Amino acid sequence: MSAALAVSGLVKRYGAVEALGGVDLEVGDSELVGLLGPNGAGKSTLVKIACGLVRATTGHAEVCGARAGSREARAALGYLAELFRFPGWMTADELLELHQRLAGSRGGERERGELLELVGLREARRRPVEAMSKGMQQRLGIAQALVGSPRLLLLDEPTSALDPVGRRTVRKLLEELQRRGVSVLLNSHLLSEIELVCDRVVILLGGRVVSAGTPAELARPRGVEIETDAGKRMYPEAGREDIPRLIAELVRDGKNVYGARLLTSTLEDVYVEAVGGEGS
Amino acid sequence: MTAIWTIAEYGLREALRRKVFVVVCFLTIAFLGLYWLGARYAFHHVAGVVPPEGVDARTFAGAFLFGMAMFGTLFLGVVLAIFLTLGTVRGDAERALLQPLVVRPIGRSALLVARFLGAAAVCVPYVLILYFAAMLLTGLEGSWWPDRIVTPGLELAGGVLIVAALSLLGSVFLSSIANGIAIFMLFGSGLVAGLLGNIGHVLNSPGLTHAAKIAAWAIPFEALYQDALRAITEKTSGLTGFLLRLGPFGGAEQGGAALRLWAVAYIVLVGAIAVAGFARRDL
Ligand SMILES: Nc1ncnc2c1ncn2[C@@H]1O[C@H](COP(=O)(O)OP(=O)(O)OP(=O)(O)O)[C@@H](O)[C@H]1O
Ligand SMILES: [Mg+2]
Repeated sequence: MSAALAVSGLVKRYGAVEALGGVDLEVGDSELVGLLGPNGAGKSTLVKIACGLVRATTGHAEVCGARAGSREARAALGYLAELFRFPGWMTADELLELHQRLAGSRGGERERGELLELVGLREARRRPVEAMSKGMQQRLGIAQALVGSPRLLLLDEPTSALDPVGRRTVRKLLEELQRRGVSVLLNSHLLSEIELVCDRVVILLGGRVVSAGTPAELARPRGVEIETDAGKRMYPEAGREDIPRLIAELVRDGKNVYGARLLTSTLEDVYVEAVGGEGS
Repeated sequence: MTAIWTIAEYGLREALRRKVFVVVCFLTIAFLGLYWLGARYAFHHVAGVVPPEGVDARTFAGAFLFGMAMFGTLFLGVVLAIFLTLGTVRGDAERALLQPLVVRPIGRSALLVARFLGAAAVCVPYVLILYFAAMLLTGLEGSWWPDRIVTPGLELAGGVLIVAALSLLGSVFLSSIANGIAIFMLFGSGLVAGLLGNIGHVLNSPGLTHAAKIAAWAIPFEALYQDALRAITEKTSGLTGFLLRLGPFGGAEQGGAALRLWAVAYIVLVGAIAVAGFARRDL
């Protein structure tokens, strides 16, 4: 089966601005890929090309084997934009019904109920969008993206307006979707969130991929920390295989050892290194 | 097909929930009320007037008043059409309302067609209701009925549809406010061109008539309106007919079948350009 999303040599220029400068990226089946990068790196542009809102200048993008932007491609995906608005006069239930009809979903009332339940909006199903808080609208946006059980989900900063519990709900939801075989491309600035849920991370900078891999691959060893009665001591050059020897030496010297910890760089370290400590 | 219906219905529901219809009904009733008062006084007055030789005062008053009502109908229909369509593409995209819909597996062209049909489903019945209501009021107050009953109303509705199509086309390239202003100005220029054509006819000035003809083909809603005006006094001849064709609410230009065909082709053409422009747009 073809990859949920396959992008190669993707270039997008807005006039003189080069938003993407030749990006290759693949999201496999039931894979959850996190897309990171500073403001203006081209994350949203990439997602918009994948869902057919923006036309690439050159390069290829395919969704489940169909050219991005084609009807087949759009039928296979669910999308939540970073900036979106739903008509204020529609209720949550009506909005989902509209999208069910447009997506050709036969899920009916049961699907709508399930989706609202999933994002914690069950009580608000008859509430008009204009009477919802920003976070509630974002939850509704996630539910909307899930209408018709798409194979690929493109989520552009889906948790930017959510409270900590809401973010956790979304994290659980993503894990559940992954179990069901849905592929996800997730844009986010929340590194901890990406680190927790993503199988793979891609870091964009200035429209180019500067780093990619699983969180474990990206994380680099940064030594060993051992706690004795004399306090904590760092062994920056040591690795996992050195720990038994180090402890044996300390015990021989008459120290009490309380704990040993292998240090690795966090995704944040990796990220800051990859984008050259460059903020936005 | 279901997608087109879904989007058209969405547009209608929006107009309904946004209380567009309430406002429109209210203003329409006010317009008809004023028109009825005006017609009543005018016919009262005309009954006591001795007109010059060869002029039928009742026919003159009836046709003039009803011509004015037709202008009002066209104007209100155009306002409705413009406000229903002015933000369809760029306006809605800037408000981030459009993207979630466009991403669904319905074509961009289907979306435009659906929004046009949605606007048409509101504007055409509206124009026809207003047209026939004004006709009824004129007929009951002054016992004057137009020479052609149905065709002029359909022509007015066609004119409104042309403006709706132009406004949809404009919405692909312009933001809501700019588009609204542009289409209203276009509408205004069309009317002025029509008036100039009338004057040119009376003054027997080939230059003016020619310019008005070009304008009529470039933006044919005005030509349809002129044709509708002409049709209501089609059989009125003599001095009455001549005087009616002079005034701002009398039509001098005859459009005929060619004009009606062109109007249909025009809507299709404008729609095709809008579809082509929309297909290329980054959202
Ligand atoms: N419609 C547009 N016209 C012109 N330039 C654009 C347009 N959209 C995006 N850009 C430019 O393209 C580049 C990439 O923008 P994009 O929105 O993809 O960044 P991003 O990674 O999503 O940033 P953020 O984290 O702030 O959301 C930026 O330099 C931006 O200014
Ligand atoms: Mg972005």
